[in-house]
Amino acid sequence: MSLRSPLSKAVGLGSAKHGFSHWWWQRVTAIALVPLTLWFVFSLLALAGGSYDSVQAWLSSPINATITLLFTLTALYHGQTGLQMVIEDYIHTKWLNLSLLLLMKFAAVVMAVLAIISILKVALGG
Amino acid sequence: MAEFTLPKNSKVTKGKHFPAAPGAKNVRTFKVYRWSPDDDKNPHTDTYDIDMDACGPMVLDALIKIKNEIDPTLTFRRSCREGICGSCAMNIDGTNTLACTKGVNECKGDVAIYPLPHMSVVKDLVPDMTHFYAQYASVEPWLKAKTPVSQAAERLQSKEDREKLDGLYECILCACCSTSCPSYWWNSDKYLGPAILLQSYRWLADSRDEAKGERLDALEDPFKLYRCHTIMNCTNTCPKGLNPGKAISEIKKMIAERSL
Repeated sequence: MSLRSPLSKAVGLGSAKHGFSHWWWQRVTAIALVPLTLWFVFSLLALAGGSYDSVQAWLSSPINATITLLFTLTALYHGQTGLQMVIEDYIHTKWLNLSLLLLMKFAAVVMAVLAIISILKVALGG
Repeated sequence: MAEFTLPKNSKVTKGKHFPAAPGAKNVRTFKVYRWSPDDDKNPHTDTYDIDMDACGPMVLDALIKIKNEIDPTLTFRRSCREGICGSCAMNIDGTNTLACTKGVNECKGDVAIYPLPHMSVVKDLVPDMTHFYAQYASVEPWLKAKTPVSQAAERLQSKEDREKLDGLYECILCACCSTSCPSYWWNSDKYLGPAILLQSYRWLADSRDEAKGERLDALEDPFKLYRCHTIMNCTNTCPKGLNPGKAISEIKKMIAERSL
């Protein structure tokens, strides 16, 4: 039996006064991913079955390398905003919630750096 | 973690069966959720066969008939019987709605009647609304204005501005929408839910209100507002035909407008 008033429970610790930028960037990246994903899928189809050299030649074009990087980083950013939402929705054990959020964010950063280095390596003639 | 199975003492079992009087020709079956805090029994569904030739057309008529003539222990809230008080909100035939405006003939087969989902049950079809009302109080649902008006004058509003409150002022706070929302099920301790957010927008949309900034400050929060993932159960279920989903996106648009 709690002696706290219902209003005190409803108010909680008050508003965090943020949330807009997460919501905004999730939508901005979603819109950006429409052309980027289309471009990526068409490129993959065009390159399918090609040799390593042909892919390397394709990626050495600055435009192709830039768009491939943009697609990968935008997808990773968008993905982590979504996963953050899922974790916040369903994981209510505080330590597990925080651990998963940290693990997921670290994983996204590692994948982003790995993607940048890998794409640049191939693009620059690796 | 979210709980995916019910605890042992919450499993709904089969209850008693009350057959209709012999000779009844137009019989409909009602399966009603029962739970009492006064015994140790699991919740169960009692089955009542009702002769619809001797009963009014609405689900509430059937519930009142059951209480008056068959089983006086059945507990539910009701008052106005015309869809304006919101007391008889419950889950009928799988959808949250008002028992008084839901026709029995709109339900197919046996009519299943449960309390509003994911609320603590006080008894039978009566949910505990304490937290819901406290959340309503937390958005300070009254006109806030600093500009003084004399005792004799009114705060004027143009016809166009008044029209912006249509679709908002009609909300009767029955909680059908909030209790149909998965986000509210999992996070109602912090998420305000569609009903309270629509009520909050009713003041944000009011041309006479002078506290929009404070109101938006109080709402801009990952949980209080942004747990809404536009699932739209709220709009589908609203027995008054309102659109809480749209009201919530209008709040998000207002916050975007002042942030960008």
